[in-house]
Amino acid sequence: MISRIVLTTGLLLVLIGLWGMLTHRNILRIIIGFSLMGTGTHIVIVAIGYVANGTAPIIDRALSVSEAISRAVDPVPSALAVTAIVIGMAVTAVMLAYAIRLYESKKTLSIDAFTESKW
Amino acid sequence: MIRRHSIIVAIVSLGLVFASLVIGYTEQQAARPLAESYIRLVPQELGAPNVITGILLTYRAFDTLGEIAVLFMVAASVGLVLGREGPPRGVPSEDRPGEARPSSEIVQTGTQILVPLISIFAAYIIMNGHLTAGGGFQGGAVIASGILLVLLAYPQYQPNLEFLGITESVAGALFVLAGIAGLIVADGFLDNRILPLGQFGAFFSAGAIPVLSALLGIKVGCELSVILERFRP
Repeated sequence: MISRIVLTTGLLLVLIGLWGMLTHRNILRIIIGFSLMGTGTHIVIVAIGYVANGTAPIIDRALSVSEAISRAVDPVPSALAVTAIVIGMAVTAVMLAYAIRLYESKKTLSIDAFTESKW
Repeated sequence: MIRRHSIIVAIVSLGLVFASLVIGYTEQQAARPLAESYIRLVPQELGAPNVITGILLTYRAFDTLGEIAVLFMVAASVGLVLGREGPPRGVPSEDRPGEARPSSEIVQTGTQILVPLISIFAAYIIMNGHLTAGGGFQGGAVIASGILLVLLAYPQYQPNLEFLGITESVAGALFVLAGIAGLIVADGFLDNRILPLGQFGAFFSAGAIPVLSALLGIKVGCELSVILERFRP
């Protein structure tokens, strides 16, 4: 049940991000929409790794190995989410760097001003 | 108008696809075979209580190495894109009129109190990655948040980019060397059993995972700090 709520939230975030990217003309808002989409994807990845009544896959006094096999959530999507977050941050940094350069060239952040590569 | 309609159509159709995903989704009742073997093998073979760190720093450490390479490329490309040919930076603000005014005393005092705490917290996250939630990437990001706070409070502050670059390169080289040592001493590239596994759950345990975690944290922290410094006006 809880993972279905989280999954829905993640997919809604992806939709909101896509909507933001398609409707807004300001480059910074497009980047924010892209980040929202990325965050939604991370939430979806984590949600599909959930096991019913699961807990974090950390073995200690409260969770023995035999118990963990039946109770811990899938660790693979969590490990992938760490990777995805780092890559998402990297992509955002490069996008922002280009946004700064584009602003310097045209003194505006509206995407309508950049028509050179438009077909 | 057509544009707006096509956007609505795209969003609604994607929403329908997502809705069918949500309706068809069923929660797993038990771990998949791969997850089960990871949960069993990480504490047994690697001696790490945190299964995710065991996966990130041993079973899929090659992916982590690739990710470090991606971060390095991003730092390089941000430097390339934002590198400027104008006068060198770091000139005192008197020479550059119209410069941002200094930050307020509240921000400066807050920074002085918070930055040591943030550094300690980052070291804690990095060094306990094999025992509890945490690890090199997360701790590195916390270090970079401390640097960001310093850059906001003291706009004149110049991080030593050369030092950051050298530290980062040394950490990366040591990470690869630890991997090669795994080829020679243990079972494969980036195997953590080049060091004794120690007692399960102790601070010095899980073989090379704490060392790799520390190297990763240092490297990520330096790289993110360099990226942040590049974004300064």
